[in-house]
Amino acid sequence: MMDIETLRFIWWVLLGVLLIGFAVTDGFDFGASMLLPLVAKNETERRIVLNAIGPFWEGNQVWIILGAGAIFAAWPFVYAVAFSGFYLLMLLLLLTMGISRPVSFKYRSKLPNHFWRRFWDQIVFIGGFFPALIFGILVGNVLTGVPFYFDENLRIFYSGSFWDLFRPFTLWCGLTSIAMLVMHGGLYLAIKTEPPIRERAIVWSRWAAVILILFFAIGGFWVAQGLTGYELGSPIDHAGFSNPLHKQVLPKVGAWLHNYTLYPLSMLAPALGFIGALGALLTANFGNSRFAFFCSSLSVMGVIATVGVSMFPFILPSSTNLASSLLVWDASSSRLTLLFMLVAVAIFLPIILLYTSWVYHALRGKVSRHTIDQDEHSAY
Amino acid sequence: MLPASDVVMLSRFQFGMTALYHFLFVPLTLGLSTLLGIMETVYCMTHRPIWRTMTQYWGILFGINVAMGVATGITLEFQFGTNWAYYSHYVGDVFGVPLALEGLMAFFLEATFIGIFFFGWDRISKGAHLLVTWMLAAGASFSALWILIANAWMQHPVGAYFNFHTMRMELYDFYSIFFSEVAQAKFVHTISAGYVTGSLFVLSISAYFLLRGRNIAFAKRSMTVAAAFGLASALCVVVLGDESGYLTGLNQKMKVAAMEGMWETEPAPAPLTVIGFPDQSKHVTTYTIKIPYLLGLIATRSLHQPVYGILDLVEQARERVKSGMLAYNALSALQIDPTDKRAEDVLDANQENIGYGLLLKQYTDDVVRATADQINRAAWDTVPDVFTLFWTFRVMVACGFFFIALFAVAFYLSLRRRLSKYRWFLWIALLSLPLPWLAAEMGWVVAEYGRQPWIVDGLLPTFMGASMLTTTNLWISLSGFVFFYTALAVVEIYLMVKYIGLGPDQLFKPAQLSVHPEKMQGEKGDTL
Repeated sequence: MMDIETLRFIWWVLLGVLLIGFAVTDGFDFGASMLLPLVAKNETERRIVLNAIGPFWEGNQVWIILGAGAIFAAWPFVYAVAFSGFYLLMLLLLLTMGISRPVSFKYRSKLPNHFWRRFWDQIVFIGGFFPALIFGILVGNVLTGVPFYFDENLRIFYSGSFWDLFRPFTLWCGLTSIAMLVMHGGLYLAIKTEPPIRERAIVWSRWAAVILILFFAIGGFWVAQGLTGYELGSPIDHAGFSNPLHKQVLPKVGAWLHNYTLYPLSMLAPALGFIGALGALLTANFGNSRFAFFCSSLSVMGVIATVGVSMFPFILPSSTNLASSLLVWDASSSRLTLLFMLVAVAIFLPIILLYTSWVYHALRGKVSRHTIDQDEHSAY
Repeated sequence: MLPASDVVMLSRFQFGMTALYHFLFVPLTLGLSTLLGIMETVYCMTHRPIWRTMTQYWGILFGINVAMGVATGITLEFQFGTNWAYYSHYVGDVFGVPLALEGLMAFFLEATFIGIFFFGWDRISKGAHLLVTWMLAAGASFSALWILIANAWMQHPVGAYFNFHTMRMELYDFYSIFFSEVAQAKFVHTISAGYVTGSLFVLSISAYFLLRGRNIAFAKRSMTVAAAFGLASALCVVVLGDESGYLTGLNQKMKVAAMEGMWETEPAPAPLTVIGFPDQSKHVTTYTIKIPYLLGLIATRSLHQPVYGILDLVEQARERVKSGMLAYNALSALQIDPTDKRAEDVLDANQENIGYGLLLKQYTDDVVRATADQINRAAWDTVPDVFTLFWTFRVMVACGFFFIALFAVAFYLSLRRRLSKYRWFLWIALLSLPLPWLAAEMGWVVAEYGRQPWIVDGLLPTFMGASMLTTTNLWISLSGFVFFYTALAVVEIYLMVKYIGLGPDQLFKPAQLSVHPEKMQGEKGDTL
């Protein structure tokens, strides 16, 4: 049977897999939602954009619901600290992505009224823009560390204010996230639509790829030169009880780059981020843009993996009470829970991928004026 | 340090309100998705276009409802972390598992197939679409299964132990959680309540069409399905509600005593109080009407076992608080010296009463040296709000019996093909529309409000579970929810009324409402 050290590592990888699954799938519909006002000039075009993501956004969004559930089950400390510490930001995420977004898709085209539809179009945009921004800001805060600590009963105290979450670096991460998802969503629209929407989407997507490459590079430089990272200051038992109070942590500028000298193979992650974006930029209008979308997916994967790999074994560092930081080795569930959940994921994730691909296959092909008319009753 | 009491109050109010609101959409999703599956199955068997149109029309209303269900469900998942962080830490190892499994097994199924349900009518074969619809229904049911397993664990925690190294409950036996009798009874009770809701929704709106003399063929067929399915489900709800009551009697004796407004232990077999007015401060229930023997039979399934009254249960709680103090003392010793074997033995011996010790935290930081008065107050804290439980329970049960009667009549009339004959019945069916929601919300209050003062029964008091937030945070989030939820309720009801008013006759072409089989299938043309 697997030991807890191995299980913790596997669940760290799975955490990444779930977040990447979320960003690659829901990411393209966030991107398409942000592009809605930019690439669609009239009602029919707007319906084409909406229907390109219409049948898929809901399944995509489940990645984050599953992600949150998996963090709850596998990393309960991370779940408890992140959700309560980022309280108002989580609320904003909930109101935009969780509550308004599903309703905007479903209700928009239920009435022919012009103002009604234009109103819900704004909500669709907000439902794409805010989550992209917020997730970026959250990642930025995770990288800089969050002001929280535990008391002896492991009750969590958050000692920062709401405005502390918005600092130059965290906002930078927010903008990077927006650029990344606009690139990704633009290429998805390039696959699913015909000119002129397709052409406009490609232009936006290329600009976004350029911005992503620049921002990602500057962000990397920032992390190397200016940002305080964290490193372990004492040995830690990789198979010990999950109690985050039994270690020492030191702050150090550039600490987030240690892993790249320690494990050179980890350079693959940032490399993938750059090469994928470059590939998307160069091949955006090749054929049906499928290859470019593939490149952009790799880029999304690389960017997210870079964050995880840079911080390992940290998951959520504390900036004020360093010893309270949450590590792969001291913030997980018990061995039995991790094992049980791993078996469940091993069985169900392949099944999910199977039927999800069947649905994408069944609904393949471009969305056009013609399909909108055909689906008058079911279309968004 | 504990969260401030107004933060706890506001967090409870926010969770209760958002959960009740979410639960307005859940039962209809459960019921309608299954009815859609049944209707489409009939279509695939008979090839009559009207059955396809029925699936599509009820599907539109299903879609309007399900958008709200999805939107309000994620709020609850987030709130465990945002508002109940200590709870999340304390039980995440156990409670997180069914929640994650709900995502893996249910949400993906539901969310992936709902898109193709609406968009796939002309893109995939009939058989494939039927499969999609059933997968959608299965997703909804799985979701109910997992969340009720999670909920049942909060009502009756099994399969977990307290680990003092990590200061939390840890899993040791998932099978006892999954196959917990409480979970199974709760699941079947809740899901049949959903089926009743879906059936009554279809019944009422069809009755409206018949009263207006529109969509006759459509409405009669819909009513027939709803009546048959509704009758079976209503019987299930009551029978399994009884099973639920029996299990609650075994595991949450205080809840049963409060639901019955029963202060003194009654000699076996205990009578059932039909009506009465419980008074929490005087510890009496006045103006009672009782049925002899009945409660004893329901709660213990025997003529000889007593059903404990509140006063006796408080005495039992007092002993558990004292044992909890020993556990707390041992835990404090272990926090200083984790190798203290003697303290570990004491903790193990009193492990199941730690929660009762924590009840004292409200009154003193020095739990170990609590006074007799503080122990007394903690013991009395275990009594939930008797008056509310007594009455919400009765409203729910009354609704349950009414549904059986209503569906039985509807079923009889549909067998005799007289559904459109009696306008008084159609009016009753129409006016009964809000009742399943009333019953479902009341049932929720009985289950969750009746669990108080515990967030996990006997393990962790609710006030301990809350996050360390400020009241400002809470007021902002609460206002956000009130504003969004109110606005969305208006929109959703407007759209529902609009699409019900439009009706199948204005939304579909006459050919789509034909009761004759499609040409390609050479069957005899007698109508169903």
